[in-house]
Amino acid sequence: MKVTVQLLTIFLLGFVMLSCSKDNFTDPKSTLTGQIVYNGEPIGVEFNQVRLQLWQPGFGKLAPIDAPVDQDGSYSALLFNGNYKLVVPSGRGPFRTIQQDASKKDTLYVALSGNQTLDVEVQPYYMIRNASFNGGEGKVAASLKLEKIIIGVNAKDVESVSLFINKTNFVSRATNIGVVDLNAADLKDLNSISLTVNVPALVPAQDYVFGRVGVKIKDVEDMVFSPVQKIDL
Amino acid sequence: MKKIFYILLIGVLTLNWGCDDDAFLNRPPTNILTDAQIWNSEEQVLSVLGDLYNRYVDIATFKTINDIPGWTTIGDFNEAFWSEAGRYNAFQNSGWDVRSWAAWDYGYIREMNLFIQKCTAAEKLDPGVKARFLAEARFLRASYYFELVKRMGGVPLILEPLTYDFSGDPSYLQHPRAKESEIYDFVISEAEAIKADLPANVGEKSRATRAAALAMEARAALYAASIAKYGTNTPSVALPGGEVGIPASMAQGYYTKALAAAKAIIDGSVGAYALYTKKPDLSENFASIFYDKANNPEVIFVEDYKLQSGKVHYFTGWNQPRYGAEEEEGGRINPSLNFVEAFEKLDNTFAPIPTVNAAGTPVYYDNQVDIFAGRDARLAGTVMLPGTTFKGRAVDIWAGFQLGNGTVVSGDDRGAQKTLPGKTVPEQVVGFDGPIDGFEFTAQTGFYLRKYLDPVVGSGQRGVNSEVWLVRYRFAEVLLNAAEAAFHLGQLPVAAEYMNIVRARAGLVTPLKAADINFDRIVHERRVELAFEGHYLYDMKRWRIAHQIMDGNAISQAELSKDLGKATKRNTQPYGLWSYKIYNPGSPTNGKWIYKVTKLSRVTGADRFQLGNYYSYISDDVVNNNPKIVRNPNH
Repeated sequence: MKVTVQLLTIFLLGFVMLSCSKDNFTDPKSTLTGQIVYNGEPIGVEFNQVRLQLWQPGFGKLAPIDAPVDQDGSYSALLFNGNYKLVVPSGRGPFRTIQQDASKKDTLYVALSGNQTLDVEVQPYYMIRNASFNGGEGKVAASLKLEKIIIGVNAKDVESVSLFINKTNFVSRATNIGVVDLNAADLKDLNSISLTVNVPALVPAQDYVFGRVGVKIKDVEDMVFSPVQKIDL
Repeated sequence: MKKIFYILLIGVLTLNWGCDDDAFLNRPPTNILTDAQIWNSEEQVLSVLGDLYNRYVDIATFKTINDIPGWTTIGDFNEAFWSEAGRYNAFQNSGWDVRSWAAWDYGYIREMNLFIQKCTAAEKLDPGVKARFLAEARFLRASYYFELVKRMGGVPLILEPLTYDFSGDPSYLQHPRAKESEIYDFVISEAEAIKADLPANVGEKSRATRAAALAMEARAALYAASIAKYGTNTPSVALPGGEVGIPASMAQGYYTKALAAAKAIIDGSVGAYALYTKKPDLSENFASIFYDKANNPEVIFVEDYKLQSGKVHYFTGWNQPRYGAEEEEGGRINPSLNFVEAFEKLDNTFAPIPTVNAAGTPVYYDNQVDIFAGRDARLAGTVMLPGTTFKGRAVDIWAGFQLGNGTVVSGDDRGAQKTLPGKTVPEQVVGFDGPIDGFEFTAQTGFYLRKYLDPVVGSGQRGVNSEVWLVRYRFAEVLLNAAEAAFHLGQLPVAAEYMNIVRARAGLVTPLKAADINFDRIVHERRVELAFEGHYLYDMKRWRIAHQIMDGNAISQAELSKDLGKATKRNTQPYGLWSYKIYNPGSPTNGKWIYKVTKLSRVTGADRFQLGNYYSYISDDVVNNNPKIVRNPNH
């Protein structure tokens, strides 16, 4: 009697242990990384605002896997191996996606096996060229050139050009300690734009700030940014 | 022995045989009513209808839904700061998820459809009563479709209870989204169809009346009109199939309908509605609209509450002044300085709250409340200003002493005590209501909320609660709807007339001329009159100015007081206004008050209203279950 109970217990325990490993999946191991680029040049955006969506069909109900785009235009996602469709949600990003053909439209098909790098080529409305920053005497000055990439029916006007500075290298509309806007009406020449912003008192004191310029395009939600740069004061 | 036991057992079991199966197993359930029991009795039908009324959905509510307390839905969008320790993150993030405000409760719609189907089939009800029940159910269904279209755009328009036949193919239950304009058309046509069956009774507030149907029609037509007119400002917020976005050509027609429906209420054809003007003090009068439930001629349709009935709410407890509160909490909604400065001066001009004079030196006030003198009476009726009273007790809002040399003596606890220079005895150096930066339940912006707060003793007590009603439609809004529609139809004198009626009640007795009426004026009037009543979000959305008002840029102190009457004035962060008492013995300013504009340390983010926030995200579940559903733009 006693032996039977003990045996049964061991049996059950073994069974329980066995099923533990049965119903656990291995975690995803493949990383998909890349950048949003135009002719190989990365496009800077605001952090946590633009995102890519990965859809994996074939498993019943669909839900996207979001891959947020970082300030320097890079993204990454940790995934299982498999076939994915990579899209930019409509209307997001300071760019237009490139239509590949009638059936695919702008979807990128990704067959993932192991780590992979995939740059997403897009057509930005504008590119910021030659952004340079100078700091000193409590001011930061920036100069840049704007190149209009999309011309024709899909072209959009510039709404404003802004210079942002912040204490950390997260520089955006929401996180900054100083900003100066230049509205479209005041933009004389897209080839030479200069902006100056006053640096407020920094607590605790530091002798540098981070800055970047951003361009707001009319009727487009997300702004296009230059790379973040550390500026010595 | 054993044998006897078995014999007895068999005997007992045999005797049990005699039970009457039919009578025993077929007893009527005591906890379920059958269709026949309900649809033959007016009282039962009314209680079913009462359940449907209870499930009416408001964007701003007193109820706690999914652990989101109602006060947060009332004091949102930087019109107020939230003085509760766990909720500062609302001012540290950069906006709202695209899933915010989503609604998709087709279970509710199904039950309303079932009600309509079964009530139509009921035979023993009095025809007049039955017609009213049906009209009320259709009013509720139209109200919910109106709520859905405001949040999601066009949705599938389901007017019959759907039933699955278990055939394995549910595709016949999958309906595509209707156009946004079609849902608005449905709301308008339902209102027109049911109004004759509803009573025209000013005393009926919590059930649908003819005026409630017309008020809904006016509001819906106005919303549709403004989406048609201002949708052109945001071309990317539209779908090619019209599920989102209304063609600009339809604006004129909707404005005409809105004006006609509003006029039907204003000219008294559905009952003697009028603005509430019972009390001589204009601010108190304005606050009373929301708590005076006896013969209130202004209120049209409400969610009513009643003490000791089980249906009560804790809004006063959440927001009562912390000093002398009936519970150890309160003071959560702190209206922002941005909002306070939006109130005009009595000469119809906008001006910042005068903390400093033109030369930049502080202005000294004898009494705390003097700084707000000569303003729109609705300010003190909406906001509890420092130096005013609630339930007969003065609120104790002051941030500290300022000494002659400019240093500030303050404390970090409510009513903290310190010894002032030249004195020997410690004394109170900060108000019992704060403001103390980062100290919950104190008036951190320097203001508390007054609108909807119940002055009855016990209203802030958990065991008692409040029976103040939630106003859904009121006469002042109808007037403003009419004014806005008239303005867009080019009838400026009409618009001015309606606006002036509302403004005169607030003490702004200098009438606006027809030429003064512009879009900014319309926007401003609704903001101050209808604040904290659930209109702000929908108004910003339908005018397509939300993304301009909340553009993600922080507000600098310099720009805070500029362009005060402008419709698209930035409102991304709440500011505070703190008062200090001067301690400078021998100086003429000793004992006087100064004010300082304050940015709270807990406010670190700046809100950005994304284009994807204009219409909420339709959940993946919905799209998976019904592939005919088109996703909203910018998601």
